[in-house]
Amino acid sequence: MKKIWHKIPEQVKRLSVLLIVIVAVFIVANSLLTPKDFGLVGHYRAGSIQENADRELKYAGQEACADCHDDLWKLKNANYHKNLSCEVCHGPSINHTNDPDQFKPEIPRDRTFCVVCHEYNTSRPTGYPQIVSEAHNPRKICVTCHNPHNPTPPQAPKECSACHAEISSVKSVSSHMDIPCTKCHVTTEKHRLHPREFRPTKPVDREFCGQCHSQSAKADKFIPRINMVTHEPRYVCWQCHYPHLPEAQ
Amino acid sequence: MESNLKVIDKKVERRTFLKKIAILALAPIAFGLLGATDKLKTVKKWMLKNGYVPSNHKWGMGIDINKCIGCGRCAVACKNENNVPKVPFFFRTWVERYRIYENGEVQVESPNGSIDGFSNLSNSNRKLLRSFFVPKICNHCDNPPCVQVCPVGATFIGEDGVILVDSDYCVGCRYCIQACPYGARFLHPETHTAEKCTFCYHRIVQDKVPACVEVCPTQARVFGELTKKSSPLVRFLRMNKIGILKPSLNTEPKVYYANLDVEVK
Amino acid sequence: MEELIQHLTPILKEVWGYIFPNEIELHWGILIVLYPYLTGLVAGAFILASLVKVFNVKELQPTYRLAMLTAMAFLIVAPLPLLGHLGHPEKSYEILITPNSASAMAMFGFVYAWYLMAVLCLEIWFEYRRDIILWAQKETGIKKWIHKIISLFSKDISEKAIHFDKKWVKIITIIGIPSAFLLHGYVGFIFGSIKANPWWSSVLMPIVFLFSAIVSGIAMVLILYMIITPIRGKELDIVCLDKLASYLFYAMIIDFSLEALDFIHRIYESEESINILAYLVSNKLFISLIVIQLFMGMLIPLAMISLIKIFKAPSDLKKMVYFISAILVQVGIFSTRWNIVIGGQLFSKSFRGLTVYKITFFGLEGFFASVVIFCLPFVLLYLLTKILPPWEEARNP
Repeated sequence: MKKIWHKIPEQVKRLSVLLIVIVAVFIVANSLLTPKDFGLVGHYRAGSIQENADRELKYAGQEACADCHDDLWKLKNANYHKNLSCEVCHGPSINHTNDPDQFKPEIPRDRTFCVVCHEYNTSRPTGYPQIVSEAHNPRKICVTCHNPHNPTPPQAPKECSACHAEISSVKSVSSHMDIPCTKCHVTTEKHRLHPREFRPTKPVDREFCGQCHSQSAKADKFIPRINMVTHEPRYVCWQCHYPHLPEAQ
Repeated sequence: MESNLKVIDKKVERRTFLKKIAILALAPIAFGLLGATDKLKTVKKWMLKNGYVPSNHKWGMGIDINKCIGCGRCAVACKNENNVPKVPFFFRTWVERYRIYENGEVQVESPNGSIDGFSNLSNSNRKLLRSFFVPKICNHCDNPPCVQVCPVGATFIGEDGVILVDSDYCVGCRYCIQACPYGARFLHPETHTAEKCTFCYHRIVQDKVPACVEVCPTQARVFGELTKKSSPLVRFLRMNKIGILKPSLNTEPKVYYANLDVEVK
Repeated sequence: MEELIQHLTPILKEVWGYIFPNEIELHWGILIVLYPYLTGLVAGAFILASLVKVFNVKELQPTYRLAMLTAMAFLIVAPLPLLGHLGHPEKSYEILITPNSASAMAMFGFVYAWYLMAVLCLEIWFEYRRDIILWAQKETGIKKWIHKIISLFSKDISEKAIHFDKKWVKIITIIGIPSAFLLHGYVGFIFGSIKANPWWSSVLMPIVFLFSAIVSGIAMVLILYMIITPIRGKELDIVCLDKLASYLFYAMIIDFSLEALDFIHRIYESEESINILAYLVSNKLFISLIVIQLFMGMLIPLAMISLIKIFKAPSDLKKMVYFISAILVQVGIFSTRWNIVIGGQLFSKSFRGLTVYKITFFGLEGFFASVVIFCLPFVLLYLLTKILPPWEEARNP
């Protein structure tokens, strides 16, 4: 044994001592510094899951509102805003649910609030109720006419443009400007009150357009005519011509 | 259905196979150097104080682009709920507006993450071809690049599929921010640690939906379980044609888009 | 936080196209440019040193010890910019105690420790051991004790022990070459493995990093040798300089070919990101990539050195050209690091827009901090040459 020890060069012995010290320090530091819950579930501190779960709530959730405001809740759920959570308009209200007297939720009355969702925007899906606020009773605040919990308009909109602003603005500068919407879309009265449940019709065949545009049509002479048999017979008209702006190329 | 299942199985197999190879290759280094740190510990079911067991859940989100009206309520609610600084540089969720013109020009914008609203004005003289809003959020990838690169294990994918950040443990190296293909992460200017959407973890463990889903007025966002039959999300996945963001990166997102446009990246 | 908001607000207006809202803050600044630059110098200097021991390039003997000390000085400083940019430097020990085996960055601690302890320190120790013992015998006072501690109180300078030292210097150098490749290739991998970033994500990245590292390391040793020798009142060894310049030239040719290959490959494949990257290169990176990195840092030095070689220039002209080339190469390589690190963050991952990088001057991540960090290795090198003089005449017969 002693012989082997003597055979090891001096340098190696000294370096080994240093190496052992370094490794020992590393192992001790490692066991002291590694959090106790590290690696219990995966390569992370398991306690962190609880910390993430312990954060404070700000939004109570609409079920919490229903406990006290049963009447408003029912009213809202029977009308257009049925999908809206109370806190969309009234703001984060966990404090109010914990201590209803001290903390009151926001009640937005400003005209600028409703238009966040209802201002006309070219990118919004068609059929979504939008107004041009500059032209829509500019001096009145929204709640004088619309009950936010039952936002059905006081009178059903008379003009199609009230909801279909994009289409009507395009059509108003087209050669179809004088054709009423109902000429092509059969619209029941119910569509005004329940727009999604009762949808207007759309033309289904070429012959519909042919009523004015075929060579045999009994319409004004200035209306352009086509030969219904030879003019692109495999397509329906609106695959190429946009009916609300037919002159577009 | 059965063949579908097989495909999934194969995918899992392949991944575990790759992992095995990686482990084999790294074993000498791993055992030599990490042996001291990674003690073998028995795996047990982790449970939170309120009885929530992460491994019993698998969360995901569906977003229907046709329903989004770009009101930005989700971004506002998210900042409220999660104490995100209310300046236009830090977002856990935001909404983008795409305007695609006749000449193929694409304009994308997200003024203050949608909180400032979207103007009808356009600086293009071309005619609009199509336009829509796209809510963005952390994709909670099943194959998350951010978790892969975190040097210390401060961000991780929980057993319920949610990617969380351990802000006590995060060293603030920002490698995860670089690795996220979706720009979903930021460094919190006060804590100097990485931040991101947690699906409002503190809400979902209490059976509440995330704040953005709670306030979405048109139900463009659907939140739910991915593996339970009676989940609104499963119905969403059944009823729609689904797209995910940047599928070529193989991150396997759990945020699913209905009616996703090709221009959305 | 107020400061950050003040810093970010004007950037909002300078954004071109669309970037994700979280991308307005550019996360890896000048400190992270400095980090690969410094480690590159370490790897380069070490590989130059190993040419002497492993490949027996006798001409480079005068620079062997200097190259080793240079590598050491830069290696000690290399982690400082990393520490400085962390949100929580005080938690940095976590990377050693709970490294995530899937993370390239987590391996930093081990690669660094391996290279510093197992390679550089050991090689320098074996190389200098005999000299340190002899110095300690002659000296008095604090210097004697420093040398005694460094030698670990070793005393054996028998023929057998010295032979053992020499054998181990060679073995460690042989281990050291792949280690140096690992150290810098690994830094390249940190960037090259980010699939989310098409500017970084490239399998060539580690190799490009490596060869640019060798280029910068050789150039740095050349600069140091040409500055220090006249200061010490000694003659420059022109044969050694020629050899250094030759190796610099070859390394640059390889580096240039690799970068050209990467460039051509990207253009030819023309993936989704090509439009935004082309816009990036032709606008924001035009000066730093095309003018500084390519022309000043690569083509001009290559042309100058090859002209010198072809026309057999007189030695004074040679020296001047070598020196200027080496300086240009340094600027070029720093610019390379800048273009990779900063350039990779200037474009949005939506591929629809560019942001800007505004360097701050004060604070831990500012310009002045990085100047200080850049100067530190030279101070360290000065101290190291005091403790372990690398000069021929300091050797004990």
